[in-house]
Amino acid sequence: MSKVKKFLYVNRKAPYGTIYAQEALEVVLIGAAFDQDVSLAFLDDGVFQLTKGQDTKEAGLKNFSPTFRALGDYEVTKLYVEQESLDERGLTLDDLQDIQYEDEDDDYAEKPSIIVVSRAGMADVMADQDVVLSF
Amino acid sequence: MKFGIVVNEGPYTHQASDSAYNFVKAALATGHEVSRVFFYHDGVNVGTRLSIPPQDDRQIQEQWSALAKEHELDLVICIAAAQRRGLLDRNEADRQGKDANNIAEGFRISGLGQLIEMGIQADRTITFGD
Repeated sequence: MSKVKKFLYVNRKAPYGTIYAQEALEVVLIGAAFDQDVSLAFLDDGVFQLTKGQDTKEAGLKNFSPTFRALGDYEVTKLYVEQESLDERGLTLDDLQDIQYEDEDDDYAEKPSIIVVSRAGMADVMADQDVVLSF
Repeated sequence: MKFGIVVNEGPYTHQASDSAYNFVKAALATGHEVSRVFFYHDGVNVGTRLSIPPQDDRQIQEQWSALAKEHELDLVICIAAAQRRGLLDRNEADRQGKDANNIAEGFRISGLGQLIEMGIQADRTITFGD
């Protein structure tokens, strides 16, 4: 087994309108089986993917947003959200789903998966990765 | 250096597959290795042998097939993305009860695990998309 690599999945597109977000999530779920160090980044319209209360019924599309809350079960626990992208779209952390994971190193305490970072901070997150897959 | 390549956009509509092709050619010409090219999203449409672009235009699928043959490139089409978009090899067509297949020479259909594996094994993974 080669060394664990740091994978970052960058989500830049709105959840509906194009298939990028949905197919990116499919990669994340498959990738979780490979025991790598996985993070997700949400920036630009990608921050809309995490909003709560999504209802796609009238559009005839599958609402895949509940899957984000299950990512903790796949040991995907780092969801970096860019502050400026939220600000530019009039969103705050309160508009996003409450996504948590159970920290097995801390008696399975529930902890938030979403980490809000500045644009400069997001650049640092990206620079720290081995593999960046952009969607 | 060992490169892994991701192509996320379809041929002709987007330049992504052209840029990826030119990058792969240049990388190979300068002594680098390309461990795999993974086609995802509409990128899977690069791998149909049924496209008929105008004769005075570039033949994107044929370019890739020829490059794969010359350098034994591993061109992988994501099965989940391919099924949505009607890209089938003979096995998949039989398995799904479809009456035809359209995958071009040099391409193969496989799972998303091949993308992750490529990321693990390559020194650099480069995405060509929108």
